[in-house]
Amino acid sequence: MPFINYAAREITCKLVYYGPGLCGKTTNLQWIYENTQKEAKGKMVTLATEAERTLFFDLLPLSLGTIRGFAARFQLYTVPGQIFYDASRKLILKGADGVAFVADSQAARHEANLESLRNLQQNLAENSIDFQTIPYVLQLNKRDLPTAMPAEEMIAALRTRNEAVFEAVAVNGTGVVETLKSMVKQSLARLRSGTPA
Amino acid sequence: MSATDLILHEEEFRKVVGLGERLRHDANARYVALIDRNGQPIASSGELPDVDKTALASLVAGNVAATETLAKMVGEQSFSSLYHEGEKDHLHMSAVGPIGILVVLFDERSSLGLVRLRVRQMTPDLEDVFNEMVERSRSAENPELEEFGAAMAEITDEDIDSLFGDRI
Repeated sequence: MPFINYAAREITCKLVYYGPGLCGKTTNLQWIYENTQKEAKGKMVTLATEAERTLFFDLLPLSLGTIRGFAARFQLYTVPGQIFYDASRKLILKGADGVAFVADSQAARHEANLESLRNLQQNLAENSIDFQTIPYVLQLNKRDLPTAMPAEEMIAALRTRNEAVFEAVAVNGTGVVETLKSMVKQSLARLRSGTPA
Repeated sequence: MSATDLILHEEEFRKVVGLGERLRHDANARYVALIDRNGQPIASSGELPDVDKTALASLVAGNVAATETLAKMVGEQSFSSLYHEGEKDHLHMSAVGPIGILVVLFDERSSLGLVRLRVRQMTPDLEDVFNEMVERSRSAENPELEEFGAAMAEITDEDIDSLFGDRI
């Protein structure tokens, strides 16, 4: 359930990009940051190691406009993908209103995708978030690489709840906006019921 | 609705802002902010030009969450406050009940002792407002939430598409 501030007439949703190490989560955020109008974006915060691996999280705040009189704000987070940063991943998922799972299309990363997806489900459960109902998108990233697995095979292995799937090449923006839009739509659609989830 | 979901109404917002103003004045602080544990800024008092308040809230929440996990690792329930000392400015962060965090930024015009004292004095009042906020967020009879729900029930896909427009 997004945070609703009646006083400021704002809705804020926390959207999290999840996936194995080096799958392109930060690249999604960077592309959005570089291609968003100045007034619609906040400062992008990156807590990374010297080798530019995400250490804790990346954050990109977006203020997209108003919907039914409420300013819609989105906080896009990435988690660190490396296996040993599990405690950080768990903390960042806390209070998430939507998740995009970014899968690495390279055949060599197939096992890492499966492991990360299992880890997502486990960490959501530990945060009392139902994986079956949270707004959720599957992004198949790095489709341009020659070692990319066929999309059908990836979908068969990674699509778990009939979620929207987007093929992407995050470095050039392909599929990036579609992924974000789908998460935004689903998280706002949850408000249509009029009662908190 | 989980314990971390929050709906902030005008009345509670005014109370929180009032308490924040008082704390900033009494502690001689530069800036006071109340945020929730998920990193959402709730209310603040004082000016911090050139500082992104969303990023600040998110980093504070991350800092507090990491410290709490550390506390549990060494057998403590939690560390109730965190203090970062800089050359000119210092940051004091403390828990407000189970879902809030109070952040106080101060410089040489104040002292850690004074800030700690004022924070301790103010925290029960802030906790009361937070509890009210949580109670109202969970209440079945909530006219503002009904009104909000009615407005949101009319959201169309076109509305959502227009949010993006040419912004991205």
